[in-house]
Amino acid sequence: MADTAVHAATDHGHDDHGTHHTTTGLSNNKLAMWLFLGSECLLFGGLISTYMLYRGRHSENLGPDQLWDIPFTSASSFVLLMSSLTMVLAVTAAKRRDDRNTSLWLTVTAMLGALFVAGQIYEFTVFYREGLGFTTSLFSSSFYTLTGFHGVHVTVGVIMLLSVVGILMKRRTGEDKSELVEMVGLYWHFVDIVWILIFTLVYLIPA
Amino acid sequence: MATDTQPATHSDAAHDDAHEEHWSDLSYIKLAIALALVTALEIAMSYTIGFWGPLFIPVLLLLMVVKFMAVVLFFMHLKFDNRLFSIMFYMGLILAIVVYFIALLTFRFFDA
Repeated sequence: MADTAVHAATDHGHDDHGTHHTTTGLSNNKLAMWLFLGSECLLFGGLISTYMLYRGRHSENLGPDQLWDIPFTSASSFVLLMSSLTMVLAVTAAKRRDDRNTSLWLTVTAMLGALFVAGQIYEFTVFYREGLGFTTSLFSSSFYTLTGFHGVHVTVGVIMLLSVVGILMKRRTGEDKSELVEMVGLYWHFVDIVWILIFTLVYLIPA
Repeated sequence: MATDTQPATHSDAAHDDAHEEHWSDLSYIKLAIALALVTALEIAMSYTIGFWGPLFIPVLLLLMVVKFMAVVLFFMHLKFDNRLFSIMFYMGLILAIVVYFIALLTFRFFDA
């Protein structure tokens, strides 16, 4: 009896039917991740609000209208949006216990994320050369803080994705890693939805 | 404590979590294409502000919300997952919207 119970449950605390051995019957890890993402809304809400308040506080020649490169930022947005697609493909592959495709899509997602971060670093470099430092104006401080925080989140996401790929490569036993991939996927999609807000509110709506 | 090791007592919740509806890969690809088209429309709008007049900002915000919700509901599976996950997320989201809307009102952001 005891042996049967032990074999029925995997190392993630749920049995072969996906039922979790918790008081709610749900995965505590997943519940915690959603709670964390809910709290992140408050962090980014504060940063976006601060930017909205101070976006007009700049010198005449160093404002959004002079600096923004919409085609370039649009390409970056497209890259991040497509990374959400590759992430969801990784999650579905993980649910099928298809380790090969899971690793493939996770790696593609990490590469797209790295490309986005590279684009952001390039954009920051261009702005800095134009004379927009972190303390140049209230506009620049709030802009760099908001987009910088987002960039750090993407970077952390890339590290998480590559870590999961490493775990999958290390343990090629066909065991269920779908919850782990799903956790990273939730975080990654959140980073994408924050950029959806930033792209519209910061870049597309004129100051 | 036995809270993490006892079998589920809320069988409905467990059932919901275990039997979430799954989309095919093709459905996700179609959604991603739709989101890319909406993004393209947003970008096109930013180059034709004069054409949209006073509708520019409301339409842009609406498209932003549509994209946001599409990712949350379908890519993040919140539409198919247990309601408790939705409560956890929307609690934070709604709190953030209310708090910062009031904060912006206090700073007379909407006066202009």
